[in-house]
Amino acid sequence: MSSSTSADLPAAIGDPEGPPAVVLSGITKRFPGVVANSDVHLSVRVGEVHALCGENGAGKSTLMKILYGMQQPDEGTIDVAGERVHFRTPADAIKVGIGMVHQHFMLADNLTVQENVVLGAEALHGIGGKARKRILELAGRTGLSVDPGVLVERLGVADRQRVEILKVLYRGAKVIILDEPTAVLVPQEVDELFATLRGMQEQGFTFLFISHKLDEVRAIADSVTVIRRGTTVGTADPKAVSSRQLAEMMVGSELPSPETRESTVTDREVLRVEGLALVAQEGTRPVLDGIDLVVRSGEVVGIAGVEGNGQTELVETIMGMRRASAGHVVLVDAEGNAKDLVKLGTLARREAGIGYVPEDRHRQGLLLTQPLWANRILGYQTRRPTAKGAWLDIAGAKQDTQRIVEEFDVRTPGIDVAAAALSGGNQQKLVVGRELSGDPVLLIASHPTRGVDVGAQALIWDEIKRARAAGLAVLLISADLDELIGLSDTIKVMLRGRLVADADPNTVTPEDLGSAMTGAGSTSDAVAALDTPVDEEGER
Amino acid sequence: MGKLRGNLLPPALAILFSALLCGIALVVSGANPLRAFGAMVSQVGEGTTAVDIVNSTGVYYIAALAVAIGFQMNLFNIGVEGQYRVAAVVAAVFGGSVALPPGIHALAIILVAAVTGALWAAIPAILKVTRGVNEVISTIMMNGLALGLAAYLIRADVFGELRGNNIRTPEIPSSGWVPGIPLGSSGTVFGLVFLAAALGIGYWVMMNRTRFGFELRASGESSTAAAAGGVSAKKMILVAMLLSGAIAGLVSMPEILGRDHTYNLNFPAGIGFSGIAVALLGRNHPGGIALGALLWAFLDKSGLALDNVGVSREIVTIMQGAIVLSVVVAYEVVRRYELAAEQRRVGRQLGTVEPVGGAA
Amino acid sequence: MTALAEAPLTVVPPQRKRKIPGWALGMIGVAGAIALLSTTSYLTGVPQLTSTGTIQTAVRLALPILLAGLGGLWAERAGVVNIGLEGMMIMGTWGAAWAGYQWGPWAALIAAAVFGALGGLLHAIATVTFGVNHIVSGVAINLLGAGLTKYLSTLLFFPISHNPRESPAVPKFDTYSAGGLSDWLGSLEADQRVGISDVAGILRGLVTGVSPLTMLAVVFVVGSYLVLWRTRFGLRLRSCGENPTAAESLGVNVYLYKYAAVVMSGALAGVGGAALVLNPGNPGYLEGQTNGRGFIGLAAMIFGNWRPGGLLGGAALFGYADGLQLRSGGKTFLALIYGAVLLLAVLVVWQLVRRRWFAAATGIVAAGLLYGVYYSVDEVPSELTAYAPHLVTLVVLAVASQRLRMPAADGVVYRRG
Repeated sequence: MSSSTSADLPAAIGDPEGPPAVVLSGITKRFPGVVANSDVHLSVRVGEVHALCGENGAGKSTLMKILYGMQQPDEGTIDVAGERVHFRTPADAIKVGIGMVHQHFMLADNLTVQENVVLGAEALHGIGGKARKRILELAGRTGLSVDPGVLVERLGVADRQRVEILKVLYRGAKVIILDEPTAVLVPQEVDELFATLRGMQEQGFTFLFISHKLDEVRAIADSVTVIRRGTTVGTADPKAVSSRQLAEMMVGSELPSPETRESTVTDREVLRVEGLALVAQEGTRPVLDGIDLVVRSGEVVGIAGVEGNGQTELVETIMGMRRASAGHVVLVDAEGNAKDLVKLGTLARREAGIGYVPEDRHRQGLLLTQPLWANRILGYQTRRPTAKGAWLDIAGAKQDTQRIVEEFDVRTPGIDVAAAALSGGNQQKLVVGRELSGDPVLLIASHPTRGVDVGAQALIWDEIKRARAAGLAVLLISADLDELIGLSDTIKVMLRGRLVADADPNTVTPEDLGSAMTGAGSTSDAVAALDTPVDEEGER
Repeated sequence: MGKLRGNLLPPALAILFSALLCGIALVVSGANPLRAFGAMVSQVGEGTTAVDIVNSTGVYYIAALAVAIGFQMNLFNIGVEGQYRVAAVVAAVFGGSVALPPGIHALAIILVAAVTGALWAAIPAILKVTRGVNEVISTIMMNGLALGLAAYLIRADVFGELRGNNIRTPEIPSSGWVPGIPLGSSGTVFGLVFLAAALGIGYWVMMNRTRFGFELRASGESSTAAAAGGVSAKKMILVAMLLSGAIAGLVSMPEILGRDHTYNLNFPAGIGFSGIAVALLGRNHPGGIALGALLWAFLDKSGLALDNVGVSREIVTIMQGAIVLSVVVAYEVVRRYELAAEQRRVGRQLGTVEPVGGAA
Repeated sequence: MTALAEAPLTVVPPQRKRKIPGWALGMIGVAGAIALLSTTSYLTGVPQLTSTGTIQTAVRLALPILLAGLGGLWAERAGVVNIGLEGMMIMGTWGAAWAGYQWGPWAALIAAAVFGALGGLLHAIATVTFGVNHIVSGVAINLLGAGLTKYLSTLLFFPISHNPRESPAVPKFDTYSAGGLSDWLGSLEADQRVGISDVAGILRGLVTGVSPLTMLAVVFVVGSYLVLWRTRFGLRLRSCGENPTAAESLGVNVYLYKYAAVVMSGALAGVGGAALVLNPGNPGYLEGQTNGRGFIGLAAMIFGNWRPGGLLGGAALFGYADGLQLRSGGKTFLALIYGAVLLLAVLVVWQLVRRRWFAAATGIVAAGLLYGVYYSVDEVPSELTAYAPHLVTLVVLAVASQRLRMPAADGVVYRRG
């Protein structure tokens, strides 16, 4: 069934016994202005872990949404266990035994674990005691040890993922789609997840594993299909190809590397954070506790941490979007004048010379329905070239937007189109271009390449490196440990609102970082625990 | 070109649809819709109707501007209704109890009205900023309280006086009046209609050319992006609400300073809600709001003619309600269509059939 | 309907201790309220506070608020904010009068539900299908509802009642009393013994002259709880208000559930309108009769933290304030202010025990101010008493809004796909 469109690829894997679990043939899906999938072919054998690889924006998610009935293909067919199916809603897909674990968890925080699991599948065991018993029975398989009556908002990331898997199991799915399941996990949690998957594979489950992390794909998958620019380029045996070959299939060339060559770190401090604390609610554990941090000119300081340990809050507190309950944020400008920003608002901090790439460009970085030039003004509404006093300088804003579009290779037909019309990578290039305008002394970059294509990723990395070489201080937060290790001159590990360890990016491995991030203690000389004791209170 | 079409098409469709709906309603109830609409149009030439429409347009225009300022940042000031009422009572009481030279007297009354409106709006604004109270509910409650307070303040034993069957505030002396433009038997155009026009121009300049206007629009589009861009949400809420309240305070000024010279029991109600409708119709654009206000005033005043042809004039209220609802639906449909068209256009111009997977 | 300021934290909140169950909290609240009223009644010498008549009037006036609030609860639990309750309620009053004067009170109820549901359907079409902002659509429906009823009244009521603002008289329900129990409670009440007489008065008010509508409303409250929290239909409906995308991904037809919820919401608001028309104190439909009660219903729902039990408490409070004012006027109403001072005193002691000095100080100042009002005036002006619910709502929101928990996706326009 599966067809190779490219001749130089390893032969497609045949299917010795019985009909394949899932076959997609000739799937095409168009959106306004783009073709997300064109003529996609995919065949998944029963009982295998089949990886679907491709870079951001290649069309993996759309394909999976089609297989899960969330979107309908414009052309093409779907066969499940040898039978032709047409899905109009996810309910149809669930009925034939397909389940999906979404990258962004689909959980209602204010409902209990049990309610989240039985929702939509109440017909199986009702919503009461019988359902509860069944959930507890299944929970053993995924290693979830939690009271089904607890509200989901009280769960951490890994537990939420288990609830997602539980939801799928509860419905009796045999084919499970995992959309980038490792994106939010540290390496140790990834190992646990893989162990769970292997156990379930032995019980006869089939997995479709979506990822762009090639080493993970090689670790878990039995076969891998690569998708590029919306179409499948072929299927391979991951044991028989190297990561490099896979990468070339994915992007047509070698993957860009964040690696920085020589150090440009100077001894001139630009940002000094002292004893920064943030208390969300009186009587609760502080969200940030005694943060001390120095970023020097020409230095990239990376913050590693499992999502939800206070990195977001740290950035937003330094930016003045949250009020610190104690501590200082001192910024030294180009002339060497130190100034404590802790009492100032966000705008004043930006004016003092901080550029800020927020973690979510749609929610925090852009005004989506406004034209590009209006987006250039955001954050710079008091400064030239976009403003003169209380008045906007629209001509100046347009001119400077044009400059960014050219310098940062933002692919757009013009600066009057709405930001929403650009692709993710181009939107992010615009944001990074804007934040490097206005001569900042410090750049705070949260997940600067999350969800962008490799072209944009390489460009953004290059721009950060160039600015660093020119003396910019950079505070980098990223969940992508390769990016963090590659770009940073110093790495600090954040756990439960504290900086608990320092790591040397020249020697540390993602695994070392992972164990420090989960609080398992340092396993390597590359990670040096700081003398702040880990807060045991959090274990309650 | 396409933009103009996108802005004018939805209201045109909505008006047409509503007229059709009301036409059907009239036919069902046994009246001749064409005759009814004809009577409304010819009414404009009768007596003082044309001037009444102009005056009324001014009043609706001010109310809609007050609402639109809030709408620009997704702040729903449902409380214009209460703000203009309280401002009217306080300004009328103030105007009737002080003696000032002509001109200054009127100016002082207008100032008092604006400040009162702003203060009344300040309560929900402060509640929202400090306690996170949703402004929709709080302004609705403030509307109720405004009714009570106004009724209390004009009691004969408080500030009011009894005149026949009517209770009213003491009359403002002529030094506090704002003269209009007399047009003989056609009536008198309120002098403060020009205040409405001036407010409209100021509003346009503020929204399109100033930092404050930009920050207001940015907050409305995405409060999170605005916050990351250094716009203080709390400050914007406070300023926008106070400004909205101050303008709302001016709503009744054309009538009180130009004709009534007092606040009495016959004080018009519901202008705040009409203002919401007009702002929606005009899509917060000063020009659009002007057209919307004109339409509203026309329906109001010409509707009086319907009684002459044996049609209940309340059909006009139905028409107004239908217009609001269908216009917001039409705007939403067109907005969605245009966004898709823009994405298609960008895709074509870049020559991409470059897939944009995840986000799409 | 709260929240602003800072974005929610991304960190996981710690496990909270098990709280007192809801029903127990309700019992404590009821007991506390009775204790407060009887103390106030004793200290101020105003027996009307707990008299049968006051309670009866309060129940009648609470009904429309309660039903409108229930309507709000259904819609908002499915994630649709319903400011249009007022308009749907107005449509309900007209429908009730139109059917009621011709075919009696039961027909009035059904017609009111249908008319309200039509308003709800309109709101659903605008907000769910076309994705119009919920507040905007609600405001439009209020305008439309008012206009439609005015037109229809002129058209259909005027020829009979000779008043375009009024319907012909509508027949009311027969009322029922728990015969012997009522008499026994009556004699207890007449004894004027502290506490016992108060409780007797309140109970007698609840069991004397009960209209089928009251019983129906109680059934609706309990039924709404059971349906929304104990059935799969309810779970699905609530999931649409918490995370519609997740619900859709599990095969829940979000549009369908939102439609069902909003139509139900309109029907309940309509029945709330019928409760006004069928109130023995009113001849029938009157223009402007709802007088913002739809909004008060919404306020009662928020007061009750989007829960049926809490909503019942809110509606009872607002209905009581309304009933007392209507029945006994401003002098008696002043006693309520005294009651508020007492309540504040208790709260201040509680805050002192918990060492919340700021809250306690605020309470003392507020109590002082209120006592000043109580001491210096003879009666509360009738113009202001009618708006007591509005003031209470503002105060409650100001004090407690951060503790209220509305559905997570409430008011968010949901698009499929």
